[in-house]
Amino acid sequence: MAVTDQIRPTTAAVLDTRPERKPRNLGQIIRWTLLFLGGVLMIMPIVYMISTSLKWPHEVYNVNLIPEEPTLENYTYVLEDGRFYMWFWNSIIIATITTVSNLFFDSLVGYTLCKFRFPGRQLVFIAILSTLMIPTEMLVIPWYLMSQSFGWLDSYWGIMFPGLMTAFGTFLMKQFFESVPDDFIEAARIDGLNELQIWWTVAMPLVKPALAALAIFVFLGNWTAFLWPLIVTNSVDMYTLPVGLSGFGDEADVAWELIMTGAAISTIPTLVVFLIFQRFIIRGVVMAGLKG
Amino acid sequence: MQLYRNLTIRQKQIAWAWAFLAVPVLFYGVIRFYPTGNAILISFQDWNLLGSRTWTGLDNYQKLAADPVFWKVFGNTFLYLLIGTPLSLVLSFVIAYHLDKLRFMHGFLRMLYFLPFMTSAVAMAWVWRWFYQPVPTGLFNNFLSQAGIPQIEFLNSTTNALPSVLAPAVWAGLGFQIIIFMAGLRAIPVSYYEAAKIDGVGWFTVLTQITLPLLRPTIVFIVVFSSIGFLRIFDHVFNMTTNNPGGPLNSTKPLVLMIYDTAFNAFDMGYAAAQTVVLFLILLVVSLVQLRLLRSD
Repeated sequence: MAVTDQIRPTTAAVLDTRPERKPRNLGQIIRWTLLFLGGVLMIMPIVYMISTSLKWPHEVYNVNLIPEEPTLENYTYVLEDGRFYMWFWNSIIIATITTVSNLFFDSLVGYTLCKFRFPGRQLVFIAILSTLMIPTEMLVIPWYLMSQSFGWLDSYWGIMFPGLMTAFGTFLMKQFFESVPDDFIEAARIDGLNELQIWWTVAMPLVKPALAALAIFVFLGNWTAFLWPLIVTNSVDMYTLPVGLSGFGDEADVAWELIMTGAAISTIPTLVVFLIFQRFIIRGVVMAGLKG
Repeated sequence: MQLYRNLTIRQKQIAWAWAFLAVPVLFYGVIRFYPTGNAILISFQDWNLLGSRTWTGLDNYQKLAADPVFWKVFGNTFLYLLIGTPLSLVLSFVIAYHLDKLRFMHGFLRMLYFLPFMTSAVAMAWVWRWFYQPVPTGLFNNFLSQAGIPQIEFLNSTTNALPSVLAPAVWAGLGFQIIIFMAGLRAIPVSYYEAAKIDGVGWFTVLTQITLPLLRPTIVFIVVFSSIGFLRIFDHVFNMTTNNPGGPLNSTKPLVLMIYDTAFNAFDMGYAAAQTVVLFLILLVVSLVQLRLLRSD
């Protein structure tokens, strides 16, 4: 993304934490109150989703936020049904493998394009850059035909193969390898390490924050991916959580509290990860947004 | 091994580089470039997946230009862009601008606004769909009826459905834009503001003469990024209208949903491929125009 070339404030400037102060004057108090109310409004859909998933059927149409008799009955029902359990693991497996693949290949390519000088470098760089302009929607028809002729339909590999490497991740990593001094690499060479060892043991540990940011983006992207998994899967066994939830909600006799439970099951894991690694994830978003 | 030892240092470097790049280059060739060419090729063919592929030249594009559904869908797609992008830009800037001036529980407030970004579009589409249901089911209409206000037809009305579907898409994207805006605001040197303070300049002048001009790159990024997102809207529309995708009466149908229907329900691959080429051109033109307009002074 050439757009971001001109926005590159130093990370220190972006992430400095100024001391926390209580609002002093009336203006600040009003500003704080309004922002707080706005923030509460922002999380209301999530809160209502969770609250409804904890309600008995007779209470669902009540607008009260806190269930009168909270119950985990809906979760038991949905998980005993077995399908959500299956979809959950499908999503976990697919998102994890895709993330690992992206961490490995995007950083390998980013490192090579950043630190090696070889004929064809510029060509490879521009070729990968240009794929950023191609929307996924343009590729799904050829991917589908390809999957059909190779027998990849309705399999983990079929769901995963388009996302195993991304141009976005490659550029993110390339930007960060710029900050690894060439002297380090030269010194490792003199010490007799081969290029693979240098990349893995010298360069990779120095870009850990970028790897973490990339991991978050790739995992979240694959966890919530919908269009391609919808196209490539046919059998209920192979659905990912979003595809499964979409079909589940469409079954006419399903009650809203059960749909909200399914929605909560597919949302809570990423929310919990966010709440644990909050500062870290926001830092990652800023880095990826500014450098990607 | 003997061969490798005889290479010069520079030749060894070249060998390593291409060894590292071999699998990725193959991947980008087979999974990105070949399908791109293939999509363009199929757009000039008539093919329903079972029958034979026949070369039809520009027929698919002519059919598209004469298809009233396509023009409806084209209009909808731009409506998502024209409402969604300015709305989310203004909202996220206002929130980021004020949030940046607060220190008390700053991290907590930021978390509240960012949380929706971590949700899954499909899950949230179903939550909002429930909000929009008529009494006695839907949350919004229940609130309205308690307040004695007549119910609103959210998803069943041809005029209200599109904004109703757009709302959760704007909501989910706000957090990301706020974080990017705050990073942009922090990157403006404090000395500019101090100089303005010494000169006794009012807050509005500071905003329009210092803050906004210096935020231009951030604004360009957010406008292009969110425009591309709204032009490709699919998950929310599909899931909020599963009983009649894109309905009522195609009033919410975006281009990506039309592509999905044509390719995977009607199996008219040539026609669908032509639609994807149009989507690609729209995205390209919109990004280039915005870059040109917003970059130059």
